[in-house]
Amino acid sequence: MAIKQYVVASFRDEDQLLPAVKKVRMQGYKLYDVFTPFPVHGLDAAMGLRQTALHTAGFIYGALGTATALLGMSWIFVVSWPLDIGGKPHFPLPSFIPITFELTVLFSAVGTTLTFCWLNQIMPGVKKHIFHPRQSDDRFVMAIEITPKTQVEEVKQFLLNNGAEEVQVQTAEEGWWYGLFSKREKYDDINPQWSVQ
Amino acid sequence: MEERFVIPRRFRNTSLIFISIGVLAFLAGLFGLHGDVGVKRFWSVLVFDSLFFLYISAASLFLYCAASLAQASWHIAYKRVIEAIMVNIPVFAIIAFIVLMAVLIGHKYFIYPWTDPQVLAHDTIVAGKTPFLNVKLFVIFTVIIMLGWSLLSLKLRQISLQEDRAERGVRRFLWKTIFFSAVFIAFYAVTISVSSWHWLMSIAARWYSTMYGWYVFAGSFISLMAIISLFVIAIKNSGQLSLVNKEHLHDLGKFIFAFSIFWTYIWFAQYFLLWYGNIPLESQYFRPQLWGHYRFWFLLDLVINFAVPFLLLMTRDAKRNYTTVTIIALIVFFGHWLDFYLMVMPTVLPTQGVVGWYEIGITLGFVGLMIGLVSRALSRAPLYPVNHPYLKEAIIHKSDWG
Repeated sequence: MAIKQYVVASFRDEDQLLPAVKKVRMQGYKLYDVFTPFPVHGLDAAMGLRQTALHTAGFIYGALGTATALLGMSWIFVVSWPLDIGGKPHFPLPSFIPITFELTVLFSAVGTTLTFCWLNQIMPGVKKHIFHPRQSDDRFVMAIEITPKTQVEEVKQFLLNNGAEEVQVQTAEEGWWYGLFSKREKYDDINPQWSVQ
Repeated sequence: MEERFVIPRRFRNTSLIFISIGVLAFLAGLFGLHGDVGVKRFWSVLVFDSLFFLYISAASLFLYCAASLAQASWHIAYKRVIEAIMVNIPVFAIIAFIVLMAVLIGHKYFIYPWTDPQVLAHDTIVAGKTPFLNVKLFVIFTVIIMLGWSLLSLKLRQISLQEDRAERGVRRFLWKTIFFSAVFIAFYAVTISVSSWHWLMSIAARWYSTMYGWYVFAGSFISLMAIISLFVIAIKNSGQLSLVNKEHLHDLGKFIFAFSIFWTYIWFAQYFLLWYGNIPLESQYFRPQLWGHYRFWFLLDLVINFAVPFLLLMTRDAKRNYTTVTIIALIVFFGHWLDFYLMVMPTVLPTQGVVGWYEIGITLGFVGLMIGLVSRALSRAPLYPVNHPYLKEAIIHKSDWG
């Protein structure tokens, strides 16, 4: 993944964060992401996030589960090995329904969970750059991507004027990769202020 | 804030037209339906329609009490609509009581075969159920159940109206509502099962199902949700109840969606065990439906009560769309009317039942009565519960933060 530069601002309170996020977007700066210790109501609307496609994925996984169960059982009990069970017909639809239901739920639940992890880039053994060590504790952190057009000093001043507690420029690798947080990575040399000694 | 409900002309006209259709259908049925089939049709339609609307009103009281017990705020903005449906319990209870008593006094053995001395003399299975299925117990239970539901609905409505007239910020009424809600929930939990066994399940006197109480409850609750949605949307269309918005509609859509799945689960659990066991005594109940005269209605019942709401109300946007929710609510309401039809008709008339002018006419009469009574009850009180402590919370309610 590409290595990029970010302006990182931390806030003390979500009451300062929310208006700041709105103003940053109105100003036209490229908002990379916002990190909060707990879900902040209305933040996704303020960040302008679009509706997630997770529901659609869940529906498709569910439909796949339904198809797997029905087709699988039909093939086994009708084509491959027809058995006489209690004098029922070889295609007893009602007795297939519970298993179909279970497989639909199973496929849908497992698939949606994995897709959720993938979309949010969380998974055991996955490492991401952490912008602020207290972003999961008591600070609200906003990262703005620096593009060739960005006036870094102006952005810094803008954030400080809008309630940021501290503002700094960081260089970090975008996205996520396999690795452990206990292991030191190369780019720690680029951001010596957060490197684990 | 102190907003009064003005009954729109459309409500009044629809109600009057539907009631007159119902009365005409009743009179035409009384004098026009002759012979064995005609008489059976006349009585069984009256029985299941009056019980259907009584159960819907009772489900409204259940919703009111369950939400009050949970100290919920999501329903407060249209609490008066729920109240207006639940205060109709006495009216529908009187109608159902008259119909049931007429069935008993008129010796309509085809509705309740366990009242027939000849059946009791020859059928040991039905005769074995006499400790529960006898006229004395039936009348006592019917009176207790109908009186209990009616009195508690009037009591809860009275508390709610007292709150409107009292000073703002008095919490006494909240606790009073919670107390009587708890009383009703306990009473309803028992009576919904017992009443459904007596009033509906005993029509197929030899047959029984342990899921029946739940089945009737699920059907009536989802019909109620459809009716609340329709009333809320219709009142909004008439320019009133403007504080109710898409967030509240989303909740109603979720309820229709969730309870259609719940109903299907109950329906299937009942059907599946009888199908698997395949004991003639149990499976005979489904024979006219699955392989006989009612096959079309039986399959349609499943499609419009499960597949339609499940697939069409699945997305968030569909639940927040007034047109979609209106159409689905109408379909689901018809579907559960059909479900009640299938509880009674295939047993009484295994090969001759129809959905004709008489069935539709009587139902329209009840629908008209419902519209008229709900409009009247709504116009008797402020449209919003002005002194309810959760009113503000209900108005700014968001069903999700997406």
